Amino acid sequence: MAGARDTVRGWGFVAPALLWTLAFFVVPFVVMAAMSLATLEGRELIWGVSLENYRRLFGQAYLFRAILVSVEITLTVTVVSVVLAYPLAWIIAFRVPERWQRLALLLAILPFWTSYVVRSYAWLLVLAREGIINKALIGLGLISEPLTLASTRFATVTGFVHFFVMLLTLTIYANLVQLSPNYRRAAIDLGANGWQAFRHVILPLTLPGIVTGAFLTFVLCIGDYITPQILGGNNELTGPQIIMVQLGRGANFPLAAAMSIVLMALVTLAYLAAARWLRLDRI
Amino acid sequence: MTKPTPPRRVQIATATCLALLPCAAQAAESLNALVWCDHTDPALIEPFETANDVKVNRREYEGTATALALLEQSRPGDWDVLVIDSIDVPRVIDAGLMAELPRDQLPLDDFFGTVEMKDSTSRDGKIYAVTDKFGYNTISFNSDKVDPADMQDMATAWSDKYKDRIAIYDYYIPVMGLVAIADGFKTAELTADDLPALKKTLFTMKENARSVGEVVASQTALATGEVDIVVGGGEWLTAVLAEENPNLTWTIPDQGAVRWSEAIGVLAASEKKDLAAKFVEYIVSPEGQARLATSSCYWGMPANRKAGEHLTDAQKSVLRWDEQDNYLKRAQLYPAPDADLDQKMQDVWLEMLQH
Repeated sequence: MAGARDTVRGWGFVAPALLWTLAFFVVPFVVMAAMSLATLEGRELIWGVSLENYRRLFGQAYLFRAILVSVEITLTVTVVSVVLAYPLAWIIAFRVPERWQRLALLLAILPFWTSYVVRSYAWLLVLAREGIINKALIGLGLISEPLTLASTRFATVTGFVHFFVMLLTLTIYANLVQLSPNYRRAAIDLGANGWQAFRHVILPLTLPGIVTGAFLTFVLCIGDYITPQILGGNNELTGPQIIMVQLGRGANFPLAAAMSIVLMALVTLAYLAAARWLRLDRI
Repeated sequence: MTKPTPPRRVQIATATCLALLPCAAQAAESLNALVWCDHTDPALIEPFETANDVKVNRREYEGTATALALLEQSRPGDWDVLVIDSIDVPRVIDAGLMAELPRDQLPLDDFFGTVEMKDSTSRDGKIYAVTDKFGYNTISFNSDKVDPADMQDMATAWSDKYKDRIAIYDYYIPVMGLVAIADGFKTAELTADDLPALKKTLFTMKENARSVGEVVASQTALATGEVDIVVGGGEWLTAVLAEENPNLTWTIPDQGAVRWSEAIGVLAASEKKDLAAKFVEYIVSPEGQARLATSSCYWGMPANRKAGEHLTDAQKSVLRWDEQDNYLKRAQLYPAPDADLDQKMQDVWLEMLQH
């Protein structure tokens, strides 16, 4: 009797989360998957089971290229962000005096307080032909003609990295400060030098923080269309940009849904690759 | 028993909150308008709201397909007013979405030449929408940085002479229309067979372009000197920049340009048709037209000539008021593709972006 009551109570506790997931993930996902199998005839939506949208995505060069561009940019951003964020998190965790660490973290995440769109346009001004970087380089006599920085993939990656370094710094820092200094001391006592202690002890122990941050970076980056739109100058299209064009211009919901499913599949692959180290309890 | 008195600070705070509540601002009625961004300017809307004790809720959209999708997803009566591309008015009339407008309340006799677009906005002698603003998708440029004479020929404007100094406005319909005009096609007669030729020109243009961007990105690129030419630009792009930088200007090349035109109407499912029609009448009145022409989102020519009485000489100069009769003769309307051609044009456009 008590067991049955516990079961009912257990379901009662779980039900809100289940209903939430059902309403805001499962149902939308099923609708989106069904939509990706529908087709457009003229402007009329025809429900059915057709792989036409997927055939177009992988068969039409400009659509397939959008998927490749998304993956290339996302991987570049993730790797560069990790490489920059790790030393920053390390410095904040181990080199900045404890009483200043909060302030240092605050400064590190300060750009989060600015609107995403405003930040992208700010970068556009910084990277412009007559922006501060080109003016400084010309002023220093390092170049005679302005460099093409804005409206390039470099600009897109820069805008993304600026944002995601902050995110990764937080996750890596949270992981680093949990590590007992005894791990490093023990490694040194056993004859490891500084690099070996880092490579074989500290780095593996901080992988959960790195991978969690990297996974979040991957998810957020591959789904973003604003930064490539503003900073990339539309010189190459990413998957989310294709989705926006299909929704906004052609009301082609089936093709947009198919591209969304492909992007979700890529995120799932990233999750599977990272699952071994994804330990949220460690950050 | 004495009723407890709240602390004085609480009383003051409550009184302050009540004083700040916008009770007086509550309008008796509301209108829901699905519009382009120029119709969201408070300077345009507020005089009508005040005069009629009504709140006009504006929902901004881009692209007719989006508007149609929004209407399809809404309940009948959710929307009262629709602003739409004039060339797409027949589509919404055919779909039974538009209500008839009272002809005698519209100052159509005061309109510029052909901008009324009777063929699009009327059916069987009944008016379903009215043109309220128009302008051109043409060539905007920095006259300080490029030779204005070069801008009179589209092929030169986007040639390698100006490589990496060109931005392309990211809207396939007008820019492909402009390319069609440059290639000698008529925008109204475009077919799928013409697309390979347009594609070739678009690819050339893209090879010489620095970026492809929407309105703000194109304006930013021109204003910051990132580019010196915007293909597909026009008064709507440079007018708001001209005050700070008079060198940012536009022209209609010798081959011509594309004329954009927006129309406003009342939705058939509206439950407030009289109020909605009153709003339309306000928008096409000389005062409303002058405010719409100089909307903070983008400028454009008012359809009603009498708006000129409410515009300054400087504003008219930016709009090229005195040259409109000539411009109207040389410009062609946006292409109006059917669904199939529209999809093919989008494919070409996306291919160009990935080129």
